Amino acid sequence: MLDFLKAPVEEFQDFILLGFRATINIFRSPHYADDIFQQMDIIGVGSLPIVIMIGFVSGVIMAMQMGRALSQYGAQGEVAEFVSISLVRELGPLLTALLVAGRNSSGIASEIGSMKVTEQLDAMRALGTDPIQKLVTPRLIAAALMLPLLTIISDFIGLIGGWVVAHILLHIPGSYWTPAWQALVPNDLAQGLLKPLVFAIVIAMVGCFYGIRTTGGTQGVGKATTTAVVVADIWIFVLTAMIDRIFLYL
Amino acid sequence: MDLPPSTAGAIVRFDDVSLRFGDTPGLDGVSFEMQAGETRVLFGAAGSGKTTLLKVALGLLEPDSGHVYLFGQDISHLKEQALFDLRARVGILFQEGGLFDSLNIEENVAYPLLNQRVLQAAGSGNGDAAKAPAKTVEERVQEALNFVELGQTLEKFPSELSGGMRRRVGIARAVVTTPALLLYDSPTAGLDPITANTIIALLLKEREMRNTATIMVTHRYLDGHLMANFRYNSSSGKMERAPNVAEESATVKFFVMNEGRLVFDGSEAELQDAQDPYVRKFLRHGSS
Repeated sequence: MLDFLKAPVEEFQDFILLGFRATINIFRSPHYADDIFQQMDIIGVGSLPIVIMIGFVSGVIMAMQMGRALSQYGAQGEVAEFVSISLVRELGPLLTALLVAGRNSSGIASEIGSMKVTEQLDAMRALGTDPIQKLVTPRLIAAALMLPLLTIISDFIGLIGGWVVAHILLHIPGSYWTPAWQALVPNDLAQGLLKPLVFAIVIAMVGCFYGIRTTGGTQGVGKATTTAVVVADIWIFVLTAMIDRIFLYL
Repeated sequence: MDLPPSTAGAIVRFDDVSLRFGDTPGLDGVSFEMQAGETRVLFGAAGSGKTTLLKVALGLLEPDSGHVYLFGQDISHLKEQALFDLRARVGILFQEGGLFDSLNIEENVAYPLLNQRVLQAAGSGNGDAAKAPAKTVEERVQEALNFVELGQTLEKFPSELSGGMRRRVGIARAVVTTPALLLYDSPTAGLDPITANTIIALLLKEREMRNTATIMVTHRYLDGHLMANFRYNSSSGKMERAPNVAEESATVKFFVMNEGRLVFDGSEAELQDAQDPYVRKFLRHGSS
């Protein structure tokens, strides 16, 4: 009766198993340091321009909308606090993760998927290399290191965007940076750093998982790529809600 | 579980091996055994289980039932990590070449050598082992590429080479570690007859020089015929009919697969006399 659940449950089980093996490999030799640095370059440095651009624009939009809304209550001076809390706690991690997922989950899935359909993964295993150790673990480590950094950069650039609007467009008097900083409590910073770490694991693992499962030639690679982005995005939203809920009780 | 004493010298042994992919049989009760220095030519239509047999022999696929012995060790349910040492003694050419497209030709051919050192270093906990003699690696890579007459392609990437050249690089990568067993998956598939014969000449050359146990999957009868009746003349650099065909043929056996089952196992003469319609049809196709 519940046969329709079999496939998704098996898929989830395989995903967890892959994540477990990739994590165990972090502590097992051989370590492929070159691959980790290469992936850090692709995921981190490669995503930097778009993360900076979107971070700045999101700060600008936040400040403009908040400035307008708060002016109705005569509280336009509170823009810095609102921009700061919204960006650090929620929008910075979420937008950065969505951008990196769109760019890198797809990239990882298509790269590993292409390797799968051209027998490069089999060749790797035949030549004595564990594809999880060589391909998955470096991507997991690189994403886990780079996404929190990208998020911090995005938050800061977003705050600069907010400052530009507050001073140049809204002409809000007084300090911007001090209230922006003082508005943040440890709970906000913890959320702002925990979320990108969790999202990074999702982005890397989903991309690798669908890449490794690719079948059916180039059409299969396209399908794996699309699925990876959609699934990563869904998980990012679901996990955001879950982490928010947990932190609301703290 | 180790190999029973009576067949302890076998390089590969399949003991009633079956494997299914959903409702489709990959292998169905396959049993055979091959010794050092022997050649097996494996015929079969697309989807008959030829590639599956090679992958099971190498432990890339795990059988549902039966036992697979590689160099005397039961690998049927061995863990991936435990298989790496055994796989280091096997060279394989994949149908698509299986070359890493992000690495150049030199790096592709050096990969098994460097990887073996990385594994040894990991096993011994000695990081320096992975940095040891780079010159030896370079020399062996050059030697392997010279063997397939592609010594000038070190810096090129696989995408810059023709299909036949990629196949030759795949052979160089398979033989660079001087393995005890070679597996060739459709080495001539999709190639023009001239290039296909060049590839077979390379396989004969390898056999002439090292006499490595070989399983060759193919759908061309001519490939098997050449393996059974020809040798490589190193002075002329060409294939020629073996002076003692009977002796040459004795070490070459033919398999025919159909829907995962081995439907024929014997010499070329027995193959030509076979009455099975599937086998005969296959033979005629190859002969025509």
